[in-house]
Amino acid sequence: MVLSKKLWRTPLDTEKISLPKAEITIQPDLCKGCDFCIEFCPRKVLEKSDQLNKRGIYPPKVADESKCTICGFCAAICPDFAISVTEKKCKEGCEDEK
Amino acid sequence: MRSRAVLTGTHFLSGDLACAEGAIAAGCRFFGGYPITPATEIAERMSRRLVEVGGVYIQMEDEIGSLAAVIGASYTGKKAMTATSGPGFSLMQENIGLAVMTEAPLVIVNIMRGGPSTGQPTMPGQQDVMQAKWGSHGDYEIIALAPSSVQEMFDLTIDCFNLAESYRVPVMLLADEIIGHMSERVKIPAPEEITIVDRKKPKGPPNEYQPFKPDDDLVPPMGCFGEGYRFHATGLTHDEKGAPKTVSVEEQTKLVRRLCDKIRKNTHKIVRVQEVMLEDAEVAILAYGITSRAALSAVRKARKEGIKAGLLRLITIWPFPTELVAKMADHVTAIVVPEMNYGQIVREVERAAKTTPVSLLSKLGEEPHRPSEIITAMRKALQ
Amino acid sequence: MKQTERMTQHPLTKYLRSERMPHIWCEGCGNGILLNSFLTALDELKVDLDKIVVVSGIGCIGRAAGYVNVDSFHTTHGRAIAFATGVKLANPDLQVVVISGDGDLFAIGGNHFIHAARRNIDIKVICANNFNYGMTGGQYGPTTPLEAWTTTTPYGNIEHPFNLVHLAAASGAVYVARWTALHVRRLKDSIKKSLQKEGFSFIEVISPCPTIFDRYNKRGTAVDVMKWFKLISNVKHGHDPAKTEITKSQIMVGEFVDVERPSYGRLLRDMTKKVQEKLKEKKAK
Repeated sequence: MVLSKKLWRTPLDTEKISLPKAEITIQPDLCKGCDFCIEFCPRKVLEKSDQLNKRGIYPPKVADESKCTICGFCAAICPDFAISVTEKKCKEGCEDEK
Repeated sequence: MRSRAVLTGTHFLSGDLACAEGAIAAGCRFFGGYPITPATEIAERMSRRLVEVGGVYIQMEDEIGSLAAVIGASYTGKKAMTATSGPGFSLMQENIGLAVMTEAPLVIVNIMRGGPSTGQPTMPGQQDVMQAKWGSHGDYEIIALAPSSVQEMFDLTIDCFNLAESYRVPVMLLADEIIGHMSERVKIPAPEEITIVDRKKPKGPPNEYQPFKPDDDLVPPMGCFGEGYRFHATGLTHDEKGAPKTVSVEEQTKLVRRLCDKIRKNTHKIVRVQEVMLEDAEVAILAYGITSRAALSAVRKARKEGIKAGLLRLITIWPFPTELVAKMADHVTAIVVPEMNYGQIVREVERAAKTTPVSLLSKLGEEPHRPSEIITAMRKALQ
Repeated sequence: MKQTERMTQHPLTKYLRSERMPHIWCEGCGNGILLNSFLTALDELKVDLDKIVVVSGIGCIGRAAGYVNVDSFHTTHGRAIAFATGVKLANPDLQVVVISGDGDLFAIGGNHFIHAARRNIDIKVICANNFNYGMTGGQYGPTTPLEAWTTTTPYGNIEHPFNLVHLAAASGAVYVARWTALHVRRLKDSIKKSLQKEGFSFIEVISPCPTIFDRYNKRGTAVDVMKWFKLISNVKHGHDPAKTEITKSQIMVGEFVDVERPSYGRLLRDMTKKVQEKLKEKKAK
């Protein structure tokens, strides 16, 4: 981080642009618990839930949605169509929702 | 204008060629096959003629693939067929079951030769008549017709297509090497004189279509691929929507019974026989295919000799006309069944005839029965 | 049912027969990923769903046809390609895709495969290769690696496996690619490419079979197997298909063949046109 501060300036419009926010939809009861989404998420957005689903396995849950870059790899690799990611539709920018 | 599809006029053709012409006249536009004696000429004729009429001829890698391709073509709405003989017919048994299960209308021509195995490729036989009915696994019903002349090779091929379309079932034309290879006069009628039956189409909106939901006649209307029905068909036991039901007793019972009953309950509509001098007959001959020609001659000769003989010629072999045979058995003292096998249809006759004695006149190999042999058998049966 | 309601939220729902979900495949099975990639490809290409037919054979992946909400057919074992040949030739307007397994396509159906490829029938074949017959409990098949343990190789497999991409290329396929179930994006792109290309296409998808084959062969969990795929796969587009054998230390993946050759259907249509024109000329005379 120290290095980056030295070499790159912060873009001037960072304040104005609101980064797209992810909306991750998990259908826990469709999950069979392969853990591919948790394992292969490049930003480690997901973790195992502590709630059993009706199949008796622990589906994923969102650990930190803000880290998600909507790459959609979790949805693409899910064999059970149990997870999908879309961009959150925010009227005035999602930052305000906090 | 003379249609290229229907070669109206009088021709001198072999049975195989007449069969090909019948198929094209019936609207067949897809042939998937594999060369085999004595059915090759059908494939040869189709390869030339189908291109002329804008159809598809494909020579597959084997008979298993041939029938699979024919089922595929049938599911797109095309009238489709294949032609083969014993060994190829054996390979087709797997997909005959699939065609029955998925109710694919199609025609299989079997120009029967001598078996088992490679047997006698260039010699006639009637050894596949039981295999036609029982060759694939599971309970099912099919329709099989047996031509006894080249003209019938043309006419019955058209009937085969019409029956297949009416009942959504594979229909077989069981001819033999002699009928396939001999040449006779064939009259091909004008297109407007030929009756063509097309499969029932679904009437409701595509999203409500249930591909295996039958009408009152037990036959479901058939939507085809590409028509927007987006349906699924499977060789697994399935419900009316086409969804697999692999452990349901109820669905298995319902489906298997319907597949059989759509033929069994319509037997009276399907069955066709030719009755010759049976009114006062004491002894009846039951014959089909090439054998029935000698039988007819035998009946005429026997009558001259004072024997009250009659002939029941089966045009439809399957479904077997059990009731008709039973009725006939009540009025005669003996039944003779000449067959070019070691006893196949005779079993069905025995079952139908109950107490009336039935005797088999078996013939294997090159020669069909001679009328004199049949007369001798009749005399023996009457003693 | 709650489950069906929730399913409607998934963007691929319209491509699935939702009432048949969840599918029969085990947790971590690559078949679901293959189906997911296929449906995403359809979605991105905006394929006319009334004009596509999915055909499958027998085995775990054989159920795929029944899950896709388009015209579909589940054939007898090994016959998917032969059936698809009939469909494509009888109605060239249809896009025909065969989704089946290694045993179905290359053991019992091997003959149909090589001949359809040779004829260059315009169908797309996607093969889930899990190295064994999973549905019957894990017997060895035409792709089982040497020494692997299956229920019918209790002393280890002594049969040499097929290199499927080499077989496809040698038989005449115009597009040949291999990916593992981990390469979802590239797999989807390959499927898209094949759908837009005329001729016989073949895509092999190396798939985990965590319940059967991977368990018997002590490969760990599905995640372990996928990590292993990641570790040993080597992307080499255009590599000689003859030199892409799968070994313990390497799975060569990529697009190996992408050539142009007129399809059977095209040649048939051209020939038909010529023949019919000649007939017309004859008649005019």
